[in-house]
Amino acid sequence: MKIDKDFVAASATPLVLAILNEGESYGYAIIKRVSELSGGELKWTDGMIYPLLHRLERNGYVKAAWGKSETGRRRKYYRLTDRGLEQLSRQQRQWQVVDSTLRGIWFTGKHTALQSI
Amino acid sequence: MKTKQTLEERIREWRNYVNRQKAVKPIDVEELEDQLRTQVEALGEAGLDDDEAFLVAVKRMGDLDSISREFAREYSERLWKQLVVLAESGDSSSEMKREAVVAIALAAAAAVAIKLPVLLNMDLNWDSPFAFSFYARNFSLFILPFLAGYFAWKRGLDKAGCIWLAVPFIVAVLTVNILPFKQGGHTEMLAAIHLPIALWLAVGFAYIGGHWNDRNRRMNFVRFSGEWFIYFTLIALGGGVLIVFTAFIFDAIGISVELFVNEWIMPCGVAGAVIISAWLVEAKKSIIENMAPVLTRLFTPLFTLLLLAFLVTVIWTGSGINVEREVLIGFDLLLVFVLGLLLYSISARDHQAPPGLFDKLQLLLVICALLVDTLALWAIAARISEFGFSPNKVTALGENIILLVNLGWSAVLYTRFLTGRAPFSPLERWQMSNLPVYAAWAWIVVLIFPVIFNYQ
Repeated sequence: MKIDKDFVAASATPLVLAILNEGESYGYAIIKRVSELSGGELKWTDGMIYPLLHRLERNGYVKAAWGKSETGRRRKYYRLTDRGLEQLSRQQRQWQVVDSTLRGIWFTGKHTALQSI
Repeated sequence: MKTKQTLEERIREWRNYVNRQKAVKPIDVEELEDQLRTQVEALGEAGLDDDEAFLVAVKRMGDLDSISREFAREYSERLWKQLVVLAESGDSSSEMKREAVVAIALAAAAAVAIKLPVLLNMDLNWDSPFAFSFYARNFSLFILPFLAGYFAWKRGLDKAGCIWLAVPFIVAVLTVNILPFKQGGHTEMLAAIHLPIALWLAVGFAYIGGHWNDRNRRMNFVRFSGEWFIYFTLIALGGGVLIVFTAFIFDAIGISVELFVNEWIMPCGVAGAVIISAWLVEAKKSIIENMAPVLTRLFTPLFTLLLLAFLVTVIWTGSGINVEREVLIGFDLLLVFVLGLLLYSISARDHQAPPGLFDKLQLLLVICALLVDTLALWAIAARISEFGFSPNKVTALGENIILLVNLGWSAVLYTRFLTGRAPFSPLERWQMSNLPVYAAWAWIVVLIFPVIFNYQ
């Protein structure tokens, strides 16, 4: 299923922060995890995650460090900071508000029928 | 005949292409390349051969234009072609550092050289006609040899070239000082005016590395001369501002620095500026780039030095600031300049870079400015009853408070950044959110103050 650009963009930061909350990671692994979590529905373009990660670093939500991959190549690893954790829980709360609002109207009356379209 | 490219060659081609994007720095390219290679390896394990894996990986990487647009949005400062003269980031080149060290050393040497006659106790009363005539004839000989030496070193001039280079300078020293010029005569003045021209062209010989007949290199020297002149003028203007401030704030505590300024700061400053301008032109080779941050880097240490010297003098002499009418406006201007230095270095700063030496210097500058301003405000507060509330004083006071709040909070944010407790962006955001405040204040002064003060 093709997901709208807006939804992909809106969910990008919360997803990345949540994935980094599971532990330190790097670009390629994050994208793979997103694909795993969404059952293949969310396929991010590889290159686009890096401006996002750099923006998160600029705002202090993640911290980057250069390390080595298994093959010995230089690789940039990212981990969540305390500020990032706060931002993550903030975004969770906001998302829940949006989510329950939508559920409130979607799964009642008229709209249940739309599910099958 | 089809030529088959190896995987390495393709990756190298791809890397070159990405490197050409303005907003993507080499260190980011490294990150993207790691992504590409990991993807290729994973696809290889899934059964694709090298060609297929590379094609799929590049396609998954996404449209390069969109990626560089995203990078550009994130790193908008990179599009302003920032000059990296004293590179602080990881990818600094030691070559540039070495040039910087040599340039600064030669500038210092020229500054010392120009005062050498005085230091060697030659009798040179500042106002005497002998001193004037001596310096008029010889000033370019104190400065230009160092510039010529810089280029001889930089271009790797060979022994023969160096000897040829030395000839005009030696001839100049001898003729101008030994031959019987009549003091104050026409020929002396003409010689004094034309010697710098002759020696500048000698510097040109060093600049083009001794390649006499190369027309292109001569043209490069012409270009260099033009850019050098512009840089020199800008630095001279900045130096002039610095000198005015020095005189002003030391005057406020009753110390006259006119002698020191005229006899030391100006000649030494001019001598040093000649070399520094040349070095900057070489480092940039184009004026269509960001001047403001370059000048900021140059003047921040100088301003800091000035303020430190002032604070030390105040403590040493224990004298208070002599507050007269125009003093507060002068301190307002001081804060404006410090704010300008801070703002423009923020505009150029790579926000990925960790705290560095220059950041610490800037924090020192801001703190010194705050201390100096506090002294001034304190002195004024003590006499506010005498002053009363005229439009000038209220405006000056209001501006002073706005700048004080701005710089004060900036100092707090900067300290948090330097101690690692916060990223750099809060400081940027604080400065940007102050811009409407300046506008609002300006409109208040234009529209509301006249009403309050009855259009006096």
